[in-house]
Amino acid sequence: MARITLDHIRHAYGEKPKSEADYSLKEVHHEWNDGGAYALLGPSGCGKTTLLNIISGLLQPSEGRILFDGKDVTYLSTQQRNIAQVFQFPVIYDTMTVYDNLAFPLRNRGVAEPEVDRRVREILEMIDLSSWAKKTARGLTADQKQKISLGRGLVRNDVNAILFDEPLTVIDPHMKWVLRSQLKKLHRQFGFTMVYVTHDQTEALTFADKVVVMYDGQIVQIGTPAELFEKPSHTFVGYFIGSPGMNVLPAAIDGSSIKVGEQTLDLGYKPTVAVGAKTELGIRPEFITLSRDGMPVSINKVEDIGRQKIVRAEFAGKPIAIVVPEDGEIPADPRVTFDPTAINIYADSWRVGREG
Amino acid sequence: MNKTWNNKAWFMVLPVLLLVAFSAVIPLMTVVNYSVQDTFGNNQFFWNGVGWFSDVLASDRFWQALGRNLLFSGIILTIEIPLGILIALNMPKKGLGVPFCLVLMALPLLIPWNVVGTIWQVFGRVDIGLLGRTLDALGISYNYVNNVFDAWMTLIVMDVWHWTSLVVLLCYAGLVSIPEAYYQAAKIDGASRWAVFRYIQLPKMKRVLLIAFLLRFMDSFMIYTEPFVITGGGPGNSTTFLSIDLVKMAIGQFDLGPAAAMSIIYFLIILLLSWIFYTVMTSSDEQA
Repeated sequence: MARITLDHIRHAYGEKPKSEADYSLKEVHHEWNDGGAYALLGPSGCGKTTLLNIISGLLQPSEGRILFDGKDVTYLSTQQRNIAQVFQFPVIYDTMTVYDNLAFPLRNRGVAEPEVDRRVREILEMIDLSSWAKKTARGLTADQKQKISLGRGLVRNDVNAILFDEPLTVIDPHMKWVLRSQLKKLHRQFGFTMVYVTHDQTEALTFADKVVVMYDGQIVQIGTPAELFEKPSHTFVGYFIGSPGMNVLPAAIDGSSIKVGEQTLDLGYKPTVAVGAKTELGIRPEFITLSRDGMPVSINKVEDIGRQKIVRAEFAGKPIAIVVPEDGEIPADPRVTFDPTAINIYADSWRVGREG
Repeated sequence: MNKTWNNKAWFMVLPVLLLVAFSAVIPLMTVVNYSVQDTFGNNQFFWNGVGWFSDVLASDRFWQALGRNLLFSGIILTIEIPLGILIALNMPKKGLGVPFCLVLMALPLLIPWNVVGTIWQVFGRVDIGLLGRTLDALGISYNYVNNVFDAWMTLIVMDVWHWTSLVVLLCYAGLVSIPEAYYQAAKIDGASRWAVFRYIQLPKMKRVLLIAFLLRFMDSFMIYTEPFVITGGGPGNSTTFLSIDLVKMAIGQFDLGPAAAMSIIYFLIILLLSWIFYTVMTSSDEQA
């Protein structure tokens, strides 16, 4: 178990990167606390897997250093770093039995056979494959195979960290839930540092204490699920977290008042905005109230998703989404009000704070 | 899913059926025909039953030739399969080296059998051949024309030179199909180089290795052209393989009956051995 420090890491896959665009990982500077459960969330191709492989040592970063508990491990091999990693698609040794598959990482490290047996049986129990122990791993289904991959990642109890690279993609929904809660339980029990890569926000929000959102090769926000929801620091986070995502509307800022289309709102504070920046207003669909008072909108479509309704409307010439309770009424002459405390202001896509 | 049955589809197979009939089945039946009949010329044949077969099976000449075949196939398989795997493992997986190595490996396979034979025949000659002269200059006595050991060595080295590439290319194809994630997982699991080979590469190469093994076995068991060109079956009868003996009997002595019987036995041996190898090597698949 260790605190993992990423010291100004950059990575480019090609030789001799020329411009910023050549880097698949742009300057990442971050510390993963010992025993933390982190989710690394972001769309496909944003550099999540690259970052993970750099931590585990499968990849050498083009620039920067990696430290485990303050010790530089940048040039150490994967094995020396003592990290467990589970991959997106199942990797099994198909000439071995299920039992031997799980014992493999332990035996390679010369763990004594009684200890191997104890650990393997524990894991077999956890992934619910005890009855398969003596069978060869070849005839298993995809999700059983993935459970073995997962098990191989969890079988060592002395690892510095366990990294999961979208490990539950091929697992069916119910099993997903079961395995995720087992991972959480394991985390509480042994306090491994865990980094969990996913592009599924539910998975990220339920698994992690802290969610790291990546976009286009950089970390755009690190925070608790609540922070990500209430104060997205980048319009991408607003859009990516939440369903439907945050409404982002172009807005003109003048002192403490903002103008969206023809409508003017008062913020009650003066946002710090650099001159010439592209300014936007962000508000989550949950914080817009649909009633007979307020600013006019025109409704395009109402989607009933069970516990609530999502209203697709047009406000000041821009499409917005509004969440209305299941029993909420939709007036004939609809108007909206924005909860002023839930409004975030963005300059060039980054959230700005208040001034004085 | 519902399968559509349409018996007209059989017509599609007809051309191939005709082709195979004329190129393989009918000639083979002619051989069967000869093997059970005897003739004193004038195109008059009479029934001889299994006479030729028992003659062939009772002759030392046949068993000795069969022994040579088995020894030869055994030796070249023991060399070519491990050597082929070793070379394939060390070939580059990406970059400019890939096409270079592939072409280099494919070159010997593109040379016709008799040319290969001629190359080595000349190469090994003590009077003008590079190999023969060099060995001679080094003080090593080498002469494939009158020394049994040298003749065998020449044939074996030639076959290894000619055919190891096939094993290499097949193994290489098996190796490059292994996803990168397997190697990454092995690193994470702390697997040694040997464990990676034993538990990842070898199982993934198993199928292509089976094909390589069968192809090399059948081909080496039927070897004819190269020993015919290089040693002509000598010195003495030391490199007279079944195929060479067969041609001597059929074309040289014009003993069509015994030659036909021997052909069929020869064919059945290859069929039987290939079947045994295939069954043994795929049996572990079915346990899963």
